[in-house]
Amino acid sequence: MFLCALLSVVTTAEIIWVLARETWSFFRQVPVFSFLFGTRWTPLFQPPSFGVLPLVCGTALVVVGAALVAIPLGLGSGIFLSEYASDRLRGILKPVLEVLAGIPTVVYGYFALTFVTPLLVRLFPATQVFNAASGAVVVGVMILPMIASLCDDALRAVPQSLRHAGYALGATRFEVATHVVLPGALSGVLASFVLALSRAIGETMAVTLAAGATPKLTLNPLESIQTMTAYIVQVSLGDTPAGGIPYLTIYAVGMLLFVITMGLNLLANRILRRFHEVYE
Amino acid sequence: MTSPVGPSSGNLPARRRMGAVLHVIFLAATLAGVVLLAILLADVLEHGIPWLRWSFLTSFPSRFPQQAGIKAALWGTIWLIGLTALFSIPVGLGAAIYLEEYARRNWFNTLIEINIANLAGTPSIVYGMLGLSLFVRWMALGRSVLAGALTMSLLILPVTIIASRESLRAVPDSLRQAAFALGATRWQTIRAHVLPAALPGILTGLILALSRAIGETAPLIMIGALTYVAFTPSGPMDAFTALPIQIFNWASRPQREFYGLAAAGILVLLGVLLTMNAAAIWIRYRSQRNVRW
Repeated sequence: MFLCALLSVVTTAEIIWVLARETWSFFRQVPVFSFLFGTRWTPLFQPPSFGVLPLVCGTALVVVGAALVAIPLGLGSGIFLSEYASDRLRGILKPVLEVLAGIPTVVYGYFALTFVTPLLVRLFPATQVFNAASGAVVVGVMILPMIASLCDDALRAVPQSLRHAGYALGATRFEVATHVVLPGALSGVLASFVLALSRAIGETMAVTLAAGATPKLTLNPLESIQTMTAYIVQVSLGDTPAGGIPYLTIYAVGMLLFVITMGLNLLANRILRRFHEVYE
Repeated sequence: MTSPVGPSSGNLPARRRMGAVLHVIFLAATLAGVVLLAILLADVLEHGIPWLRWSFLTSFPSRFPQQAGIKAALWGTIWLIGLTALFSIPVGLGAAIYLEEYARRNWFNTLIEINIANLAGTPSIVYGMLGLSLFVRWMALGRSVLAGALTMSLLILPVTIIASRESLRAVPDSLRQAAFALGATRWQTIRAHVLPAALPGILTGLILALSRAIGETAPLIMIGALTYVAFTPSGPMDAFTALPIQIFNWASRPQREFYGLAAAGILVLLGVLLTMNAAAIWIRYRSQRNVRW
């Protein structure tokens, strides 16, 4: 049984080893600096250029958009579920959020293509068929239940006595929720945001289907872009021969992806430990 | 620490109004999730129902939308999930029992715990790259169901461990101590008392973890599951396709007809997932009825 537990450590080690080995052979042919700070990503064309910034920019565009959708709605739902909803209403809403969280990402991709994009085209005629905004909206919907559920858990962990103290001082329910409970649960709430962002960065299928395959440095969410994950899918769908530079690029991009998400996960862990309010 | 009363303190009616407005806003935020789910389902139903016929389940994919079906994808998914369950359940359960019942608090076990939490947050496509290098190339399993199932097992391992541990932790210590007091060994205690008590929770967690594996697409694309397969797998070394891959394939085509096929495929996929979720909820409900402590 110890070996079973050990397997999880071995898995991490293998992920790092596999990614590092291929990334190493990539960096022997392409300088690290021009990879990290280059502004043109055309590894499959002649002349190839390996600046990863357009992919990072595309990912950032989707993640920021998703956060704009998911953080207000998720935090609002979390507060409502924990502070306002009756037990019966909670018993109905929680499973609905669970179902929303269990829907496969490829379904969200389909939803983005057939519902969100036509809606955006009607609102903003300049919208391209594939665009970052559509991907951002569905990724936001996808991480919403995660934020709602984690915020709900964090808020409910704040002891009832603090709420009663607030009421005794004459605060209204809303003031207790925002001035007493929310600060008390801040570490859990912030950690839920960070975890959700990490999830949004790693999201693959929805952005592959909806956001396009045009790596470019742009801040316009209505244009077609490409995220890091979508690039990896694009290469592995084609018949790129193993060992060539285009093949190695997906490992370099994957390594970057892994490092970013691992950093965010560890950050969430630290927030939870560092700022955790201990109640008796 | 900010003062518990806001800038408008003293003006109670205004503060109450503010509270009422915010109540409605929080409710609206929550309902947004429900409404989005409803829109999503309505959208898929509207496009998918006309395509959902018996022949859709029993035909192989085709470039003619009228004749296309999901037979290969459905069987591929069944094979994939069966094998994944075979690998991931014993390992996940073993790891959970070790961490919850045997492990002492030391740096190594803390490392394992942090590591599991981090693995749970690693993007699925990274697991796909691991599977491609490790199972497909290095172990030379090729683009087979077996390689896919092994990749999926690693992917859902953290989730199965976390879920099983929670159920084990919910078993009260008094039960263990009673068994120890009667002279049972640690393993006898776990096997005869802790595991049966935690079983409903563990089953629920395992079903939910497997339903996550059913919907995963990206790792399968990475390890090269095919998108055009006109046969059903007959062994673990056969090439395969799976439901989400077939849906992805149809949804990424420019012709409108294939959107309908994708929607019909989504309906089948959601049907499978909802059945599994319902089973999990049913197990949870049944076990809550006869809790003994």
